[in-house]
Amino acid sequence: MAAPAVGSRIKRREDPRLITGTGNYVEDVTPAGTLYMALARSPHAHARLRRVNVKDALQHPGVVAALTGPEVRQIVDSVPCVVDFPDLKKPKWPVLAVDRVRYVGEAVAAVVATDRAMAVDAASLVQTDYLPLTAVTDPERALRPRSTRVHAEFKDNQAWYSLTEAGDVDSAFREAHVVVKQRLVNQRLIPLAMETRGVVAQYHAASGLLTVWSTSQNPHQLKSQLAALLGLPENQVRVIAPDVGGGFGSKIDVYCEEILACIFALRLGRPVKWIEERRENFQGTIHGRDQVDYVEVAAQRDGVITGLKVKVIADVGAYWGFFSPAIATSTIGLATGCYAIPNFRGELYEVFTNKTPVDAYRGAGRPEAAYIIERAVDLVALELALDPAEVRRKNFIGGPFPYATAGGMSFDSGNYRAALDKALQSAGYQRRRSEQKRLRQRGRYQGIGLSSYIELCAIGPWEMGAVRVDAAGKVTVLTGTSPHGQGEETTFAQIVADQLQVAVEEVAVQHGDTAVVPAGIGTYGSRTTAVGGSAVLNACLLVKEKAFKIASHLLQVPEDRLTFAQGTFAVKDAPDRAVTLAKVAAQAYTGSVPGAEMGLEASAYFEAPNLVFPFGTHVAVVEVDPETGEVKLVRYVAVDDAGNIINPLTAEGQVHGGIAQGVGQALMEAAVYDESGQLVTGTLMDYAIPAAEDLPLFETAFTVTPTPRNPLGAKGIGEAGTIGATPAVVNAVMDALAPFGIRHIDMPLSPERVWRAIQESAKARPARRRGPSARRRGS
Amino acid sequence: MIPAAFEYEAPATLMEALALLRRHRGAKLLAGGHSLLPMMKLRLAAPERLIDISRIKELAGIRESRGGGTIVIGALTPHGTLESSALLQEKCPLLAEAAAVIGDPQVRNRGTIGGSLAHADPAADLPAALLALDATLTAMGTSGARRQVPARRFFRGLLTTALRPTEVLTEITVPVLKRGTGSAYEKFANKASRFAVVGVAAVVALDRRGRCSQVAIGITGAGPKAVRAVRAEAALLGREPTAANIAAAAARASAAVGDALSDIHASSEFRLHLTEVLTRRALARAAARA
Amino acid sequence: MNRQVTLRVNGVTQQHSVEPRLLLVYYLREVLGLTGTHVGCDTSQCGACTVLLEGQAVKSCTILAVQADGAEITTIEGLARDGKLHPLQTGFWEEHGLQCGFCTPGMIMAACQLLERIPDPSEAQIRHGLAGNLCRCTGYHNIVRAVQHAARKLLETKQR
Repeated sequence: MAAPAVGSRIKRREDPRLITGTGNYVEDVTPAGTLYMALARSPHAHARLRRVNVKDALQHPGVVAALTGPEVRQIVDSVPCVVDFPDLKKPKWPVLAVDRVRYVGEAVAAVVATDRAMAVDAASLVQTDYLPLTAVTDPERALRPRSTRVHAEFKDNQAWYSLTEAGDVDSAFREAHVVVKQRLVNQRLIPLAMETRGVVAQYHAASGLLTVWSTSQNPHQLKSQLAALLGLPENQVRVIAPDVGGGFGSKIDVYCEEILACIFALRLGRPVKWIEERRENFQGTIHGRDQVDYVEVAAQRDGVITGLKVKVIADVGAYWGFFSPAIATSTIGLATGCYAIPNFRGELYEVFTNKTPVDAYRGAGRPEAAYIIERAVDLVALELALDPAEVRRKNFIGGPFPYATAGGMSFDSGNYRAALDKALQSAGYQRRRSEQKRLRQRGRYQGIGLSSYIELCAIGPWEMGAVRVDAAGKVTVLTGTSPHGQGEETTFAQIVADQLQVAVEEVAVQHGDTAVVPAGIGTYGSRTTAVGGSAVLNACLLVKEKAFKIASHLLQVPEDRLTFAQGTFAVKDAPDRAVTLAKVAAQAYTGSVPGAEMGLEASAYFEAPNLVFPFGTHVAVVEVDPETGEVKLVRYVAVDDAGNIINPLTAEGQVHGGIAQGVGQALMEAAVYDESGQLVTGTLMDYAIPAAEDLPLFETAFTVTPTPRNPLGAKGIGEAGTIGATPAVVNAVMDALAPFGIRHIDMPLSPERVWRAIQESAKARPARRRGPSARRRGS
Repeated sequence: MIPAAFEYEAPATLMEALALLRRHRGAKLLAGGHSLLPMMKLRLAAPERLIDISRIKELAGIRESRGGGTIVIGALTPHGTLESSALLQEKCPLLAEAAAVIGDPQVRNRGTIGGSLAHADPAADLPAALLALDATLTAMGTSGARRQVPARRFFRGLLTTALRPTEVLTEITVPVLKRGTGSAYEKFANKASRFAVVGVAAVVALDRRGRCSQVAIGITGAGPKAVRAVRAEAALLGREPTAANIAAAAARASAAVGDALSDIHASSEFRLHLTEVLTRRALARAAARA
Repeated sequence: MNRQVTLRVNGVTQQHSVEPRLLLVYYLREVLGLTGTHVGCDTSQCGACTVLLEGQAVKSCTILAVQADGAEITTIEGLARDGKLHPLQTGFWEEHGLQCGFCTPGMIMAACQLLERIPDPSEAQIRHGLAGNLCRCTGYHNIVRAVQHAARKLLETKQR
């Protein structure tokens, strides 16, 4: 019997087209007669928009049409946000600005021309008259009573507030042996998928069909949204997400450009194409993170944590993106990490500012939580002079599962200690510690950092999978998820290959086209395998059920006397009486099976009953050059537990890429705004992401704790690396700097920040054991 | 991403290029285009006309001067050619070393020494090396007359050089480093742009008694223009290149920078600090190679 | 004013009248329909647009088509020979050196030059040689492996 496909390192089936330059990305789609769209954008963070005039632009050669805010508002009144909470302040986000602009890069006018260069030329001819207003750029200052308001219709900039409480927090802090406090900054990041966003909209008037090619992670949601916004029936809108060059959350949102391209296409009856420039991508595509977090930990002398207070101030930017209001709620939900902390208070302030809206970026609220709790645990260890690994061990949730956390989550399964132990062993933790001592004596500053993260994934509400075996026995799979680099054309084929006992090569997986896949939600939040894969698995079970029926008819025995193995249905105890799946499939299309419908196909919806919670421990080893403040990542060990792994090759790939983005946040990435609300890091000349030379090879391994919450036992691995890496690297740098008495530096740990911290600390002094903002009781 | 429209000429000879330059005052010279085109794509520059000099054969090539003693580099020589030139590696390795850390391999294949020098980005690498080498730059005016400018007088300020609008930078002359002379380039790179936050080039010659008979230090990135660290040089001249002497000299390097640049990547204070650290490292490596 | 350019792209001579401001990458993509070469940034950082010009890796977003007049260009579409993938292509496939695939053509073309110059590169040399190419998916781990894979295959072929 062939080895099962699930769990095998199978190389990807999507690669041949991508390595030969024959993939099909949105920018590669140019129907005949295509017009090009370009936008005029606000250079001001906050201004009254007194006039927008497109007369000159319209007179430019090749220009076909132009739109401004007031006209578009008659058709679509707001860019959509699908989250609703009680008391959520929900301003409209005009597709094109009307009367006021609220962030640099906000679109104010759109033009279309017969060629791309002409469209860009014409956009620069749009006349605007702005009256600049004070920009609100600091979320903490934005919360002050007399702050300028981003939205005049609300009394203040506090967009939402929530309080989560469990246990008796105040007693826990009163009775604590030590209390450790820290202000932390989860800085704003640019998602920066290598492919920028893009859209091609084509309207076929005779059939009334609007076809939209989009760089979307969730084409079905985009289809429903566009239909609703434009007043079209959903069955007249088709969205195609062809090959998509990464998203990391930034391609979930429905953006103004997609809406505008459709409006133009409907009006002009010609295809309209827009491809985002990188500079537009920095300003106009959602950003990630951007929180100021206050954490307080109450602990006993032995390192047991008894209480946690977290205050999250989330800078959400000027408007709500698709999922924006929900992002920081995950930070509160996961603030207690994988630790049994009974007493918890989490406060969340979401705040409007004059910046690009913040929405889901790889991890989306969970990396922030991991950073808060994993930094806090290290500060407790520092305060009590305990080994950070030991403090983690002492506080891990030991079960039983499901486990209700103080943050209101129900953890499905976990073995946090096993992942920690495996990571420490792989990293040679004890040896590393002695090596560290030896190096310190020679004036070299190496640091070892841990992070035992938890994340949540498998966000619902559901996903659709369909499986069809054709008359020749070949299998087609449809999934409502929309992979854009994750490799589900391979991993879903693996799931199906095992279920239907066919070769992986005989399974074709289709996705990303709403006219091909009847229903779907999309790919984000590490939900694809857990939810989408489970739907596909369930569809396989339905197909098999029917196949048994047909086989029973062909072999003239009751179904319960049949087995299915190696692609063949056989009679128990009479294995020579057998029929292949291909034969069964052929029969299915002859219509001669009594009581069975024609065909051999089924679709299934998998409703995610609850979230699943992957976890793991990452170990980072860094060396700091105290003269220049440069941090070099010398070693990285990741042990992740995502339950059952479908394809270790692609799962490792997800971890690698995740780590790189986490390292990026820790060491170099930051979207910086100046006081006037200008995005100072507006291109790749000023915003650094990790390059090959910035990273080492990663050492990855898995522990396997399946989830009982889906039939695959799979959790999710797409964001794990990012969530684990940021605190691991920062903890490592702080560990390296411990001899200087440095307790904390805010990210990114740029050379200058590290150098300054060293300057400000008393250089030659031995490590101080007590942090400045800690107090000790009762000793 | 799309430049504004412009007229384009591609002269085959230097004289043709100079004639075009005389005729069109709004014209810009285009060599490798790796300084100009990115600015044009962002529409931070929109010249009416580009004169593409990249096909002018007279401006290409690296050769040793007839009598030896100097190496003459055509202005169109790409950084990658400087990096891999056996002649430079053997006789003037500082230039090859500095060229090797410019941008990335693709940029080095297209960006040229002349284009980079004429653009005078304060964070470019080559100016530091040329200053430390006491290089000479040759320009030709519309009359066809050649003018030689020492590197020390070439860099005038932020994006400003001694080059006149109607001149073409034609070649760069660097000395062959004598036996007993070592050199090194130390760069602290901006991780995003890959330009230098600070770069320091050092040339150190030792006499028979092991004392520094020549010290030259060029600094880029720290201030609005690349400079020589004259006082630091003087502090080491005539002394042995011990760690203490080098450190003492390096401590004087930042004084040469003047008003240091300050931006989100590095404050002026940090740039001045880096100047000292990199000067120390460059001097130590140069002395060890002497 | 438009200008006539003649280039040899993937072994085929091409002649077109183009606007001087047309970038080589758009000439390849939109005039020739060779969409394998991608545009990832406006500022010559990301390297997604890397092609070989006279055998050298260049960023085709920072070269005007008119500047490339008369040149020999190789793009990702021209790398496979007689239907057989280049060892770098198989390397990226075998070692899972790509995820979304958007940076991949540029990465492969840059790696082509790297292996041309250093047939048996160390890990550090590979990372240094790919300094002009950004990837947001792989963390470069498997890209390094892919280039090592290709280097081995190319050396084996040479030794044979």
